[in-house]
Amino acid sequence: MSSRLRLLALLAAVLVLAAVAGVAVLRAADRAEEKNRTQAGGPRVARGPVSLAADGGGRRIVFRNMAWGPHRDELATVPAAAPGGARTASGVHCLRFHSAAGTGVCLQSVKSAVQDGYRAVVLDAGLKERSRHPLAGIPTRARVSPSGRFAAWTVFVGGDSYAGTDFSTRTSVLDTRTGRLTASLESYAILRDGAPYRSADANFWGVTFSADDRHFYATLGTKKKTYLVRGDMARRTVTTLAENVECPSLSPDERRIAYKKRVPGLPADAPWRLYVLDLADLTGHPVAERRTIDDQAVWRGNDTVVYSLPGDFGADLYAVPADGGGSARRLMDSALAPAFLD
Amino acid sequence: MYVADSRGTPAPTGTPAPAAAPGARPGRRAAVAPTVLALGTVSLVTDISSEMVTAVLPLYLVAGLGLTPLGFGLLDGLYNGVSALVRLTGGHLGDRTGRHKAVAGVGYGLSALGKPLLLLAHSVPAVGAVLALDRTGKGLRTAPRDALISLSTPPEQRGRAFGVHRAMDTAGALIGPLLAFLILGYAADGYDAVFTVSACVAALGVVVLALFVPGHRTAPRPKPSPRPRPRASLRPAPAAPQADAGDGTAGDPGGTARAPDGRISLRASLVLLRRPDMRRITVCALLLGLCTVSDAFVFLLLQHRTGLADRWFALLPIGTAAAFLLLALPLGRLADRIGRWRVFVGGHLALLLGYGLLLSPWHGPALPYAVLLLHGAFYAATDGVLMAAAAGVVPEALRGGGLAVVQTGQALARFAASLGFGAAWTAWGERPALAVAAVALAAAAALSVRLRPADA
Repeated sequence: MSSRLRLLALLAAVLVLAAVAGVAVLRAADRAEEKNRTQAGGPRVARGPVSLAADGGGRRIVFRNMAWGPHRDELATVPAAAPGGARTASGVHCLRFHSAAGTGVCLQSVKSAVQDGYRAVVLDAGLKERSRHPLAGIPTRARVSPSGRFAAWTVFVGGDSYAGTDFSTRTSVLDTRTGRLTASLESYAILRDGAPYRSADANFWGVTFSADDRHFYATLGTKKKTYLVRGDMARRTVTTLAENVECPSLSPDERRIAYKKRVPGLPADAPWRLYVLDLADLTGHPVAERRTIDDQAVWRGNDTVVYSLPGDFGADLYAVPADGGGSARRLMDSALAPAFLD
Repeated sequence: MYVADSRGTPAPTGTPAPAAAPGARPGRRAAVAPTVLALGTVSLVTDISSEMVTAVLPLYLVAGLGLTPLGFGLLDGLYNGVSALVRLTGGHLGDRTGRHKAVAGVGYGLSALGKPLLLLAHSVPAVGAVLALDRTGKGLRTAPRDALISLSTPPEQRGRAFGVHRAMDTAGALIGPLLAFLILGYAADGYDAVFTVSACVAALGVVVLALFVPGHRTAPRPKPSPRPRPRASLRPAPAAPQADAGDGTAGDPGGTARAPDGRISLRASLVLLRRPDMRRITVCALLLGLCTVSDAFVFLLLQHRTGLADRWFALLPIGTAAAFLLLALPLGRLADRIGRWRVFVGGHLALLLGYGLLLSPWHGPALPYAVLLLHGAFYAATDGVLMAAAAGVVPEALRGGGLAVVQTGQALARFAASLGFGAAWTAWGERPALAVAAVALAAAAALSVRLRPADA
């Protein structure tokens, strides 16, 4: 082939491939725009005042609104008694969120020219920003302690392995009163089966706080195993309690923990079932939900756990009795990361 | 400097003397061969494509598919092992068929094929399978590509040629993530658009390879030797005694490579290790590789040492890549001038200096820059330079397989080093582990200086 022919062939290839690539990008942009238009039959969402305080207005659910429309991804609220009702949107965008006693933690993305960044923002009861903290990776879990004093979050960190697809997690704990930030729980001493344990591959995720503002539970992953650990913020230690427990969530009476259990025989991409563990004797039992769960559940009172499953517009919320009886039922469409406020 | 290049020796088994490499015009110091520029372009374009995907895959898995990627990372180690074996196969197939370009093309093609398949993969096993396809393609193409670079370049310019290629390759790796995040900035959640653009870019790489990289460089199946040497491939290379005279590849480059039926046997690539110079290079690459702390640990150590904020962590690999990009060509040229072995060992001394900085009490603000510069210099002085050095001791007929043996040995050694360092970190803590690695690296470098191949 002459060099003139080769150049022509190259030019033709470039044109065809550029056209395919261009169409793909334009279609994706168009689809992204579509998400900003309200879908018929979706929940009603309107802008209004949203407070995290106990304001006497009855029990409420605060969550990330996933319904398509102008208020997509904003924090929104509905009365707990009417979760399917009209939603009040706050204008604050969060990927993950949790709140207790008038303190909120909102993990949000920060758009920039080159690469999306992420940050954790601590909110007061009026959703005013109290502090912000840059995040090293993609947000996945967020929790506030029952008193509102401590906040914890977990991100996925890529890039620990050069040009690989390896991941690790980083979990941070913030004392909102003193401003002291423990950037990574990996700085805590680990006691495994009573003996000090160290490993470069130790990862923590999914903190859930006790009401005493000193202890918490979390997942420790190391050497392809996961453990439930109990953390002590005063002594800066974590102690393993049980194996095969991920994303723990402590009940308000602190007697039980809802968690993801990796069940043998399930497909590799959907290995988890939702379980509840009795802290008194460390025995666990499954709940009535038969689908795989990849979420840190929240408790509605001491008897019901609420969790998300993939839905038509991102995620829907479901509720199931914690004692293993009854059945799972849909609580809300197009919602994620709920917190129950009294 | 390169006394022993097969090109300068007679080819008694009928291997036709290769035509003068394009770009090697007598009487004038040409830049690099057009083949090298074409292969560099293919690598640049292909790396843009693959790094686009690598950059958004974590986001896609977590935000797009709603998967937990922790378990997913476990597949990674497995792929690296597979990739090393595929690399030997790729190098050997190129030699056996004499069609390095075709084998490399299949490799690039497999990786390109994986990109549109990502659009259909909605579970961890499916994404894992697509990535396995990608790694297979990468393993297949690497050795024949490096063989093509070395075969199209006169021996005294190989350092420069590999330098140009590695610089272009790294430039692609830096552009890829940028392009991916531009697309995601324009089209929110547009992962399918990223994969489609990545597929188009990969296809363009295959087109450039097909159109602009010349084909046959070695004879596929020469006429049977008038004096057949049965079982020649199983005997020690007759070149061994001559190597002491400084001629590692002299003798019979084709004859020792071929099985009785005239075909190149897979074993021939390994029998190359009986040649003293080949053995020295491979042993040194193995030893030095065993003392090389993997990138992830270097970045973690640097972060722990400097208290660098988490948000800058993702920039550390970019710092290393940028230094690699800037230094690949200058160090490649230096290797041509003062000797590949010196630059190769010197690169490991740069890494040793980096370890030293991490261990030293010095705490200036320039520390991360200095460490990343040394880390990038290490790659620039070793990655392409090792191939340039190895090309000098591997006969043309076995070029792909021979280079693959060295690369695979180095990759496996680094994998073992990564496991060992992780264990040492766990047992002793990070500073003692790094100190041990530094002492081992110094010893391996000293040994490598002594073991220097006769003509590298």
